[in-house]
Amino acid sequence: MQFLQPATWSEALAMKAANPEATPIAGGTDVMVEINLDHRRPTSILDLTRIRELGEWGPVDGMLRIGAGVTYTRLIDELGDRLPGLAMASRTVGSPQIRNRGTVGGNLGTASPAGDALPPLLASDAWVELASKAGTRHVSVREFFTGPKRNAMRKDELIAAFLVQPAPGPQQFSKVGTRNAMVIAVCSFALSIDPGHRRVGTGIGSAGPTPLRAVAAENFIQGELDWEGRRPVSGATLNRFGKLVAEAAKPIDDVRGTAAYRRHALAVLARRCLSWAWGAA
Amino acid sequence: MGVGGGMKVSCVVNGKARAVDGVWEGESLLYMLRERFGLYGSKNACEQGECGSCSVYLDGTLVCACLVQAGQANGRSVVTVEGLDGGTVQQAFVEAGAVQCGFCTPGLVVAAHDLLERMPHPTDAQIREALAGNICRCTGYAKILDAVHRAAGSG
Ligand SMILES: Cc1cc2nc3c(=O)[nH]c(=O)nc-3n(C[C@H](O)[C@H](O)[C@H](O)COP(=O)(O)OP(=O)(O)OC[C@H]3O[C@@H](n4cnc5c(N)ncnc54)[C@H](O)[C@@H]3O)c2cc1C
Ligand code: FES
Ligand code: FES
Repeated sequence: MQFLQPATWSEALAMKAANPEATPIAGGTDVMVEINLDHRRPTSILDLTRIRELGEWGPVDGMLRIGAGVTYTRLIDELGDRLPGLAMASRTVGSPQIRNRGTVGGNLGTASPAGDALPPLLASDAWVELASKAGTRHVSVREFFTGPKRNAMRKDELIAAFLVQPAPGPQQFSKVGTRNAMVIAVCSFALSIDPGHRRVGTGIGSAGPTPLRAVAAENFIQGELDWEGRRPVSGATLNRFGKLVAEAAKPIDDVRGTAAYRRHALAVLARRCLSWAWGAA
Repeated sequence: MGVGGGMKVSCVVNGKARAVDGVWEGESLLYMLRERFGLYGSKNACEQGECGSCSVYLDGTLVCACLVQAGQANGRSVVTVEGLDGGTVQQAFVEAGAVQCGFCTPGLVVAAHDLLERMPHPTDAQIREALAGNICRCTGYAKILDAVHRAAGSG
């Protein structure tokens, strides 16, 4: 095994170009588990924790550009007011030890359908910034997940950052697990409301091969909400929204829960998130 | 990489500069601390971030040493339970009866120390959240909550 420790971003990109098989490591909370348990034996490891830029964030053209190496703890502390949905999801990740190390870049890299940062990124229509020696490109997070634990990143690329609009309105995230901390989601749901553009974004976690959007539910609710008068959502509308979210999921039966339970729970989460968020709009 | 593989890692552990050669590239900071530096306070139980018995400070941040790749500690400062300014917390654990087999204790002492640095007077809920990554199979946690309150001077 080879250990590569670039000091700068351009060095990292050059090393990745020269060693396309190298496994990047940030917080190591996925990579080290796999190495420790002998599930993965990389030929080389590319340590990204020395690269200052990956830990930085700031505004870019009205969006927030957040370096791939910003940890969950920092997201909660530094960006909780601007990205409440992502911060809520970050608070449910693992334990303090995991949140102190784990990064959204790593969550995107692993691309697990259970990655908790991913539904909020879908709901708020985020972009992933991928970089290689050849240049930089932006991929919509809606096109980023290509299969279970697969993503659109090429072998010579690294994740530089993600870009997301500061919350234009209320956001919610809700997760079902067997206890209150340290759990992989049985299923999860994220919602983002943009009153200015009369748009609603959704994200479903742990109920399909990839994180998913509930497009029909978004279209339905955008037409139903009383954007002018802000009247509360009726019970029938909440139920219909929940049903459309459940229908958008593609769950399976596994050790954490059955497909039927996941659909049921998602309908409940969707109704709750919508009534909480609309109540705050 | 030298002959026979392995890399060199230099870091400061409990205030002392340490360097080792021949470290396997897939090795964890936990393995390096225990097997190369002889610091057995940080325990090895799950090696997957679930139990917290390997909790240490890396540049002042609470982490699971089993999830830090050894080379990532290069040039960094590590504080283990052996080097912790944790007398108050340790004494509180003893007095509250929060230690049975003791396997989880070093990790809990480091995590409780970190909590009290951030929140000098935590509530039960805050303690539960802060220690959610530390598993104890003996005490049932009630006495651990007592110990943290006691260390905070409110028990
Ligand atoms: C005990 C425990 C509890 C956990 N609980 C949760 C949870 O509740 N919710 C959840 O979503 N996850 C959880 N996880 C999983 C993990 O913490 C997250 O997926 C985390 O976001 C990974 O980030 P990292 O920086 O540690 O990634 P790493 O392990 O360093 O990397 C993960 C993957 O991303 C790649 N990668 C990392 N950074 C980049 C980059 N900049 N460019 C390209 N590729 C990159 C790596 O090559 C690897 O494939 C848990 C893990 C543990 C050990
Ligand atoms: S040994 Fe590191 S968390 Fe269990
Ligand atoms: S005292 Fe035995 S595991 Fe905690």
